[in-house]
Amino acid sequence: MSHLFSNRRDSIKTLAALGAAAGSPFAFAQKPITVGVIYVGPRDDYGYNQAQAEAAAMLKKMPGVKVVEEENVPETAAVQRTMTGMIAQDGAQLVFPTSFGYFDPHMLAVAAKFPDARFAHCGGMWTEGKHPKNTASFFGYIDECQYLNGVIAGHMSKSKKIGFIAAKPIPQVLRNINAFTMGARSVDPKITCSVIFTGDWSMPVKEAEATNSLADQGVDVFTMHVDGPKVIVETAAKRGKMVCGYHASQAKLAPQAYLTGAEWNWLTAYTAFVDAVRSGKPHPNFVRGGLKEGFVKPSAYGPMVTDAAKKQADGVKAQMMAGSFDIFKGPLKDNKGATIIPAGKAFKQTDLELEKMNYLVEGVNGSV
Amino acid sequence: MRNILLPVGAIGVSLLLFGLIVSFSGVSPVEVWVLLFKGAFGDWYSWQNTLQRAAPLMLTALCVAIPARAGLTVIGGEGALVLGGLACAALAQAVPLPTNLAGTVMVCLAGALAGGLWVALAGWLRQYRGINETISSLLLAYVAIGLFKHLVEGPLRDPASLNKPSTPALDEGLLISTIAGSDVHWGLVIGVVVCLVAGLWLRLTPSGFAVRVVGGNPRAAQLVGLPATRLVVLACALGGAAAGLAGAIEVAAVHTSANAALIAGYGYAGILVSFMARHHPVAVIPVAILFGGFGAAGSLLQRRLGLPDASVLLLQGIAFVLILASEALRDTDWKAWFAKLARVPSAEPAPQGEQT
Repeated sequence: MSHLFSNRRDSIKTLAALGAAAGSPFAFAQKPITVGVIYVGPRDDYGYNQAQAEAAAMLKKMPGVKVVEEENVPETAAVQRTMTGMIAQDGAQLVFPTSFGYFDPHMLAVAAKFPDARFAHCGGMWTEGKHPKNTASFFGYIDECQYLNGVIAGHMSKSKKIGFIAAKPIPQVLRNINAFTMGARSVDPKITCSVIFTGDWSMPVKEAEATNSLADQGVDVFTMHVDGPKVIVETAAKRGKMVCGYHASQAKLAPQAYLTGAEWNWLTAYTAFVDAVRSGKPHPNFVRGGLKEGFVKPSAYGPMVTDAAKKQADGVKAQMMAGSFDIFKGPLKDNKGATIIPAGKAFKQTDLELEKMNYLVEGVNGSV
Repeated sequence: MRNILLPVGAIGVSLLLFGLIVSFSGVSPVEVWVLLFKGAFGDWYSWQNTLQRAAPLMLTALCVAIPARAGLTVIGGEGALVLGGLACAALAQAVPLPTNLAGTVMVCLAGALAGGLWVALAGWLRQYRGINETISSLLLAYVAIGLFKHLVEGPLRDPASLNKPSTPALDEGLLISTIAGSDVHWGLVIGVVVCLVAGLWLRLTPSGFAVRVVGGNPRAAQLVGLPATRLVVLACALGGAAAGLAGAIEVAAVHTSANAALIAGYGYAGILVSFMARHHPVAVIPVAILFGGFGAAGSLLQRRLGLPDASVLLLQGIAFVLILASEALRDTDWKAWFAKLARVPSAEPAPQGEQT
């Protein structure tokens, strides 16, 4: 069995070498490359998976890049089979397993079997010495866009109550809730943000219930961190409330209610990994970036957003692009009154401490 | 013979229908059929893919099949599976176990026990409280999933599992390894053996026979002095134990810890497998492999033709409906039917009395 695979691998290598030899007369002719992309949900979910699929679609347009995709792959042995299939059956040199749960143990198990293939995982924490060199993790500081969402929400909210519908109280989600709340409270410190955790990444019924329940409580601007924001956007719009999107643009779903949104721009990360394979450079193992690096972007403002809101959000965005804006800086209290960050201390976005976040900041109604 | 011909014929017809449907979207049906076969059974790699997907389905199908032989429709295997996985991880977390085969057997038994108790509860509620077991087992599955999430994200959580709440990983020595020379883990063998044992038990032992009698006619069973209530609860417990074992194996062979990825719908897929196998434990084996094959083939269809994931679900659905519908043909007297068919166009009387 293992020799069967190594034979395949050798033939792949030979093919790649032939390609390289044939291309050598042309300076920097790029080797053809096959890339596998794996999604945990449907590619057209107006959310997490669509953001990844949009980048994969752009990757397809690059010359010499072949993309093989598979959607709705659960975080079980199935994803191990898919990764193995992409490498062994389709000849992929680089695989993007894009769901958080694919990292450990699935990607690590397959990476050990195929030391010559490269793996770039979205969301995980690649750690030097702990994880193999042919694996990597990439992620974006989307809390920057959630902060901007918050600034807009702070200007647009009339009830001074904003709402956040979230899947699970894990660090990546808490960071978004906190950034959104702080963005809004930078406009008006009286604003409070109510949080509802639905318990899982894709719970359309609970998401609709949560939206309705918050709307009943007077919340008039919503945002979210779930895999597919579609239901929340549509429900909020139906209730006549406003909404800030997440993952991808949901503007099409509710043009009259959509203020702005926090979008991924995964092409930046994808390209970095593809270029490394093609030029034979070592695999970039730990890749992170925010607005400045082009990993995330805000959605275009909706027609109802006021000029004052735009002006303040654009100002903060410019500071973020210049690298002179820290979201998490002291003095910062959590919503139980304890001091989280003392005055004078500020965390840079790259600080790994922020990837362990386990609190909700002052102004958030809800508990972890 | 009929037992094999009818489902095989139904699958053949569903493949034809599926080919017709994909041809509407401009894909060559022949290419699709070739890829379906290649992806599921085309080479050694595909076989491994199919078998690995089939492994958990055999055990979760038993959770439907065994109670069905006692006359119950239990559809809550998912709950038994997640609790089995949880018990496996919790035992390893709570007690220092020997890190060898004995430890692995203990975590698997813990899973089977948890799953068995859970489904036995549905059987008990039916016998003593008159609650419909189909509804109660399904609702208990939601309770089980809630309990699972609460414990995994709360008391049993490994603090180091930041963005994917999980229990601590099982010790290396407790894990179930792959069968030498393949990617398929030993859970497949366990599944096959348990299916065979369940089949033999129902067929050859007095208690297995008694369960079938209860399934056939509970009143008659009671009249001949069989402890119907106990047998019903026993059948539920055994079915639940199989699903719980599936959960424990998933944890020990694939996930290494209990986390939400365990809730992948194997329990619900097992319902389809069991119905297609007509609740026969031995028939569960080939049907589970067929379902594994659907999964594996769907993977290749997506990667090669860019078809959506739903396409293979469509095939699975057509096959399921046709196989169940083909049951209606089971009692057809084919000889008479063909004779009639032959008689009509020729309009000649069938030769009589020539047989010797």
